[in-house]
Amino acid sequence: MAGKDLEKGSEAEGFEHDFDSGLAVLPPDKIKDPGLEPHRVRMTDKNPAKAKNAERQVAALFLISVLGSFFALWAYVAFPITEDLSTVRANNLFLGLGMTLSLLGIGIGAVHWAKTLMPDFEVAEARHQTRGNEEVRARAVEIVKLADSESGFSRRKLIRRTLYGALAVFPLPALIVFGDLGPEVGNTLRQTMWKAGTRLTKDPTGIPIKASDVTLGSVFHVIPEGLAEMHEHKLEEKAKAAVLLVRLNQESLNEAEDRKSWSYDGIVAYSKICTHVGCPVALYEQHTHSLLCPCHQSTFDVTEHCKVVFGPASRPLPQLPISVDAEGYLIAQSDFLEPVGPSFWER
Amino acid sequence: MNKSLNRARRKPLAAAVVIAAGLLFSGGGYAVATNVVVSSVATEYTAEQISEGRKLFLANCASCHGLNAEGTAAGPSMIGVGAAAVDFQVGTGRMPGQGSGPQLPKKKVQFTQDQILLMAAYVASLAPGPAIPDAKYLEATGSASHGGELFRINCAMCHNAVGAGGALTEGKYAPVLKNIEAKHVYEAMVIGPQNMPVFNDSNLTPEDKQDIITYLAYIDENSSAGGFELGSLGPVAEGLFIWIFGLGLIIAITVWLGAKSN
Repeated sequence: MAGKDLEKGSEAEGFEHDFDSGLAVLPPDKIKDPGLEPHRVRMTDKNPAKAKNAERQVAALFLISVLGSFFALWAYVAFPITEDLSTVRANNLFLGLGMTLSLLGIGIGAVHWAKTLMPDFEVAEARHQTRGNEEVRARAVEIVKLADSESGFSRRKLIRRTLYGALAVFPLPALIVFGDLGPEVGNTLRQTMWKAGTRLTKDPTGIPIKASDVTLGSVFHVIPEGLAEMHEHKLEEKAKAAVLLVRLNQESLNEAEDRKSWSYDGIVAYSKICTHVGCPVALYEQHTHSLLCPCHQSTFDVTEHCKVVFGPASRPLPQLPISVDAEGYLIAQSDFLEPVGPSFWER
Repeated sequence: MNKSLNRARRKPLAAAVVIAAGLLFSGGGYAVATNVVVSSVATEYTAEQISEGRKLFLANCASCHGLNAEGTAAGPSMIGVGAAAVDFQVGTGRMPGQGSGPQLPKKKVQFTQDQILLMAAYVASLAPGPAIPDAKYLEATGSASHGGELFRINCAMCHNAVGAGGALTEGKYAPVLKNIEAKHVYEAMVIGPQNMPVFNDSNLTPEDKQDIITYLAYIDENSSAGGFELGSLGPVAEGLFIWIFGLGLIIAITVWLGAKSN
């Protein structure tokens, strides 16, 4: 129906051609095929002196390649890499320059040769029709039918149906095996090393921090006690547990009623892992109390529980509840109460 | 012997002398005790230095920081900021500030080092604060590798891993740390100028600070082993370079390959 309507429409538009266009839209002002450009004779074909010149240019390019190769060999000997790291620079630079010249000389020479001196006739290769001719098509149908009758695929129903069944079931064992490819994530994205009583220690030394050490305006980069001594999975744990510790004027902190006990005397601890894509947020401005992420400029306000004031992050940085133990060292009250870092599927 | 002592006790001035001695002793004792607490920050200045410094302060700083350095709306209080803050801010030319803005830039130093020290003496006399650092921690003889690790943990996020500086919020920036006097590096860590946080001696010990100074001196003297630094700005500068010049070269070669020879 739609086809008929279109045809009617095209008649109304006044198409000059008379053929079945199907659903294709045929613009009446189609650009005409311009055909091939007229052949242009090259200077090197007209003038033997120019041809001789081009020959010399190609030879010169190949000679440059030879020189480049020898230069690279010489540079390898003349600029050896020693104990001093800065020698790498001269070695790589001159070796690379030599090898660049040697390869570019061959490549540019070959292209120049082909373009200026090799035969210059133009060839047009027309594409053949996509549709095969009737004979070929009839033969193809014949072959399929023959194969069917010889194998008995259509005739022997029992064999056909059991084959379908076998093909449907065989991927199942593979699916089960794929399930074993990695360990289950479990709770690892929701938990960190922090637990009640873990001391806050300095990155990288692991020296515990006293509340009195954290003077006004200070920033401490903090790892949980025990992380500095770890050997296995140290980076995985650090990537989740890294914390930034700052001290502000108690009055400038604007704390929610239920989180007042999470800070100690103006000292607050926040996860250093950005809630956008997990970069370490550590650019702290002492007077504006802004925490800036270096990757995408998400900005968090430390006085307002690190709520997002700018940028692509969608959640505030998780706060680590802290207090002080009997010896005056800062300790965690518990783990983070929400998963740190960027969003994941089940969050 | 006994007699002479008795006679001395009877002298009218004796009581005054004993009281004066007692007061001096207990007061001095307290002074020593307080000195122990702030020993790292208290440097002795003479009364003359302090009064000379006060004159310079009144002439050059008091319009913003107040006649008694108590601070005004235009500038913060100078009480307790210490001699290090004066030496850093005035010694790098950031103070006296010219006009307000997101951040006071480094500029030509306006005072001689002697004048700066006099002003530092005055400000240090107001209340204890960080002193000008001991010269023994300013020599670049520490461990550059440990300093580099500390720098990457504590400083690199703002100042860039090789101190090439970086942008902060709303027009503020972390300045470039190339060829900075060791004294000013140390003072900046102790006082936390402008929006930089403070790194006190329990966070980074004086030896740690010396290692950081050593690291900065090392990168001042040694060029990048990896080749052309492009300002050490990382992926932005390197990406811009390769997108313009690398891709431009590839496009030029492609055009040349497809063009007919004349």
